[in-house]
This record gives sequence, structure tokens and C-alpha cells, in this order.
Amino acid sequence: MFDLVSFIPRAVMQGIPLLYGSTGEILTEKSGNLNLGIPGVMYVGGICGVIGAFFYEQAVPPESMNAVLAIGIPMLCSLAGSLLMGLLYSVLTITLRANQNVTGLALTTFGVGIGNFFGGSLIKLTGSEVPSIALSATSAYFSKGLPFAADLGWFGQVFLSYGFLAYLAILIAIVSSYVLKRTRVGLHLRAVGESPATADAAGINVTRYKYMATCIGSMVAGLGGLYYVMDYACGVWSNNAFGDRGWLAIALVIFTIWRPNISILASILFGGFYILYLYIPSGLNLSVKELYKMIPYVVTLVVLIIVSMRKKREDQPPANLGLPYFREER
Amino acid sequence: MNNKLKFHISKRAALPWYKAWAIRGAAILAALVVCAVVTTLMTGENPISIYATIFYGAFGTARRSWVTVQELAVLLGISLAVTPAFKMRFWNIGAEGQVLIGGLATTACMICLADTLPNSMVIVCMVIAAILAGAVWGFLPAFFKARWNTNETLFTLMMNYIATQLAAYFIIVWEVPKGAGKIGIINQSTEIGWLPQIGNQYLLSILVVAILTGVMYVYLNNSKHGYEIAVVGESQRTASYAGIKVERVIIRTMVLSGAICGLMGLLLVGGIHHTLTTTVVDGRGFTAVMVSWLAKFNPIAMIFTSLLLVVLSRGAGEISSAFGLNHSFADILTGIILFFIIGSEFFITYQISVRKSAGKEA
Repeated sequence: MFDLVSFIPRAVMQGIPLLYGSTGEILTEKSGNLNLGIPGVMYVGGICGVIGAFFYEQAVPPESMNAVLAIGIPMLCSLAGSLLMGLLYSVLTITLRANQNVTGLALTTFGVGIGNFFGGSLIKLTGSEVPSIALSATSAYFSKGLPFAADLGWFGQVFLSYGFLAYLAILIAIVSSYVLKRTRVGLHLRAVGESPATADAAGINVTRYKYMATCIGSMVAGLGGLYYVMDYACGVWSNNAFGDRGWLAIALVIFTIWRPNISILASILFGGFYILYLYIPSGLNLSVKELYKMIPYVVTLVVLIIVSMRKKREDQPPANLGLPYFREER
Repeated sequence: MNNKLKFHISKRAALPWYKAWAIRGAAILAALVVCAVVTTLMTGENPISIYATIFYGAFGTARRSWVTVQELAVLLGISLAVTPAFKMRFWNIGAEGQVLIGGLATTACMICLADTLPNSMVIVCMVIAAILAGAVWGFLPAFFKARWNTNETLFTLMMNYIATQLAAYFIIVWEVPKGAGKIGIINQSTEIGWLPQIGNQYLLSILVVAILTGVMYVYLNNSKHGYEIAVVGESQRTASYAGIKVERVIIRTMVLSGAICGLMGLLLVGGIHHTLTTTVVDGRGFTAVMVSWLAKFNPIAMIFTSLLLVVLSRGAGEISSAFGLNHSFADILTGIILFFIIGSEFFITYQISVRKSAGKEA
């Protein structure tokens, strides 16, 4: 029997990092920057949070930890780390007009390297022989659900059992969706992504919008890494555990045709796809599970093809996605 | 307000090649200095001994040198494969999947045909299957790009993971022994399907890639196809006015690109590892993008850019074990160097003139 009540919370928890990643990437792409460095940014967001939490836990005994600091320090570190990554990408692609694909891929190499390197070095600092860092005290603050969730049966388990970062992800997605669609700032941002020359002529500061969108996008994506370590993985950092979720977040951007509000459900759906193989009885045949893991990618591909075939205007990628803007080159 | 310095950025006329390479050289030098500082901060060793360690890691013994050159050949081969597509401004970041699917096809032939066909026939089948598989993986995104203008970067990215999961599926189907989750060395006793060795175990792939480099250089610079690719890359409209069938060029070039990736898969599985894992390509499909771009799509220059990255990664591996650092240190160093080279391109393409603006101008 398919156990929906236990399946949905797990799908949601898988989906939240993807939601952060895809919301961040949508904001970035709307400004015309295809940031393939998002997987690296999410690693950095995660590890910076871990570093912050690690030093706080080292400095303060668990019983005298302050909830605000325990949550605030890792979050600030994570935001700062991913902001730096976003800035690096922005300086190279916007100011120095470098190729976005190459810069993004280099950023991913770099970010994953940083994550795994500092993950490994912190383990050495603790002096223990374990292969991973466990920050259970900090994690407890992050994954604390609503106190009355347990009393409400299946309803509580499905809707109320998550840490605050999960709700924050949904909130950010809704807000960005609103900003993109209903405000002047969003209109300008979309104009920059569609046709920077036109936006420039209309008096919009293209460079500033691109910088802001890319940096904020990176910070949002970085929180995805933080959520993964602190809540989903219970504060345990192990190298490469984050896996290919960053790429899946980029896939999700296409799947949701550049809409953060659709991404809320879509990321949970993808999260479900990600763990579906655990729930489908495949008998003794383990190999079929690998094929189930293919589903998110195949579905994304199909959406990408259908969208490009239907040529519906509002479903297209930003027209200037991936291209640098140089005012004097027309 | 009245004496503010203003930067004015304009495009340069083409720089003479030696100046361009001087700028790139300076960028690499600056990057090496930064890397040295970072490494010193982490290890407390002096930078010169660190670079000596890098050099030792890459060329310290005869065997190390051979492995380095072989790694160079693999990376260079994949970079050559993606180059024609890039020259056409087709952002194929799916080399990872194209190589892997070529390797998977090779493995399939080695395992399934081993008992039915003689060795030489198996190898012929492997070559055909690997090239075909890679070509199909290249054809799909190209077809949709040419027909419906589907975004090729995202398409090829998805194809990577489809290839990975397919490989993961077949690895479990063919696993030896059952439940091991990996294939192990294929046909270890009979050596059926192992590509023949020339001289030593490293030379075959090196030779193949050396020939490929020359052929690709001529193809891109001296053939009609190469010219068409360049025109399509510069401007699709110009190309179609000139009577070039853009769609055909896109598809043809990507099939070629995929086929060469498939060939590299064949070399990796049939010639080097004799086994298949999902990580057999090890991110080199992505690194190849950077190698090719850094060399400005010039096959000869690619020898040097791939050499730089390979030496760095093998050397950093040596640093990590010598100084007890995590192996990912290589990725950080690679990242720093890449950022510098990527940034330096700006100073090659553009010039900055500083002028004092009189207060009246806005």
C-alpha cells in the first residue's frame, strides 16, 4: 500500500532545496543571466552555514546556546558566502562581459571544491575519525516544527511538520512571483532579460538590475544548501552528499517555465520523483530504480521541447538569456 | 563632481596574437601567485615547494608522466569534440553524456558479443556502436534546435543525466558479481574487446587524439564545412543569405561532435579502464567546455590549455596527499585559475580609456 502520509513530507523535504535553487535561478535568468554556477553556489551556501554553526557550537556549550544566534549565525554566513559567489559571477559576466556558460561551469567547479574542501578540513579540525560533521544542536533549532503539529494527525504531519526554512522557501517563491509579475521592479527586470538595449533606452539601469538579480538569486539559492544540511540532513555535512540537486534546480526552472509560484508545487513533485524509487515495489530488481531516477530529467526535457514547439510568447525563456550586454554593440 | 575620472570602454581592433597571449600569460601568472598565497595560507609551506610538488605530481616518474599525457589526451579529445559545435555558437554542455553513452555502447558490445563473435569483429562492433551512440546523443538536441529553436544548453544538460541513469541501470543489470553494484574489469581473462596496445598501455589513446587534433585543425580552418560552421557562428542570417542551409549545418556539426565524444567513450572504456562506472567521464565533459573556450576554439592552443588543467589537477592531487589536504583542493585551484583567464579575456577584447570629464557632462 502506498503510504501517502509518509511520502508527502519526504517529498516536500526533498523539494525545498530545489525550490530555493529554482527560485534563485529564475530571478537570475529573468535578468538574462544563465547562471550555471547555481550548483556551486548551493554548496557554498551550505558549507558557509556549516562553518558558522561549527564555530558557534565550539565556542558555546550546548545548554547555553541562544536560539536567535544559533539560527542567525549560520544563516548570515550562508547568505554572505552565496552573495560572494553571486558577486564573482556578476563581475565576470556583467562588468567583464565574460561568457556565461564558461563562467558558470567554473563557478560550479570552484563552489563544489570549496564545499568539499572545507567540509573535509573541518572534520580534521574536530580531530575525530568520523567521515562527516554532525551539528545536531544547531540542526535542532533549524528543524523544529510547529509545537502542535504532532497533535493534528495526518494534517499536522503533511502541512505543519517542517522547519521554518521550508515555509520561508514558499514565502520567498510567492513574493518573487508577485514582484516579477505585478511590480514595476519586476517589469523592469523582465525587460532587462528580454531586451537590454530597449530597457537601456527606456532609462533602466541594466547593469544594476543584472547585478541585483544575480546576487539576490544566488543568496536565495544558497539558502537551499543551508536547508539541506541543517534540516534535511540533520546537521550532518558529508562530502558530495548534496549531489546533483543543483542541476535539478536548473531543470526545474525550465519545467516551471520561469514561474516561482508554479515552482512550489513542481519542486515538491520533483522531490517526489527523486524518492519515488524508494516507494515503488520493484521486487528484487534493483536496476529499475535507476530508471525511476531518470524521470525528472525526461519530464523536464519533454516540457522544454513542448514549450519551444508551441511558441507561446509568455512561456519562452527570456529572449536575451545567456547573452552579455554591451551598450555600444548594436 | 567636476574632476571625476570616467572610464570609457570600447572594443579593440584585433590585437596581434602575441599581445593577446601576453595578456593571457600575465593572467595565468597572476592566478598562480594567488593560488600560491591561498595554498600557503592553508598549508604554511612555502609556495615554491608547493609548485615543485605539483610538478612532481604530474611528471615525477616515467609512469606519472605517461598517465598525465594520457589524461591530457582524454581531456583534449573531448574538448576537440565540443569545439565545432561551440564555433557555431551551439552551447553543447552535454559532452559528459555523449561520452558516457559511447562508453555504455562499448560496454554493451564487450559484454554481449564476447561469446558470439571473434575478437576483431567485437572491436569493429564496439567502434561502430560507440560512434553511433554518441552521434545520436548529439543529434537529438541539434534536431530540436534546428527545427524549433529549443534551448540547446538546457537540452544537452538534461541529456547528461539521462545518460548517467541509463548507465547506472545497465551497470546493475550487468553487475559482477550479483549485488556488487559495479561491473568490474570486463573480460579480464579473455581480454575480448580490449583495444590493442601499441607500445605500452597509454600510447593508443594518445596517438588517436594526436591524429584527431590535426584533422580537426584542418577541418575547422581549411574545409568548406569549417567555413560554413564559422559563418553560422558569426551570424545565422548572413549564413542563410549566403545560401548555407543553417539547419543542416547545425545537425551535421552536432552529429560530428557527438560522434567524436562517442569515440572518446570507446577509448575510455575499451582502451583505458576496461570497465564502466557512471563517473568514468569524471566531469571532463564540463572541463572540456572551458578548455575549448579558453583556447579560442583553436585545436593547437587547446593542447596547452588542457595541459594546464591536467597538470594542475594531478599536481593538486599530489599536494593534497603530501600535505594532508582534502583532494577537492584541486578544484579550488582550478577555479581560481579559470576565473583569472576568463576575466583576462575582457582586456583582450576591450580597451579602457580613462578620461577626466568636465563637470558639464552628466
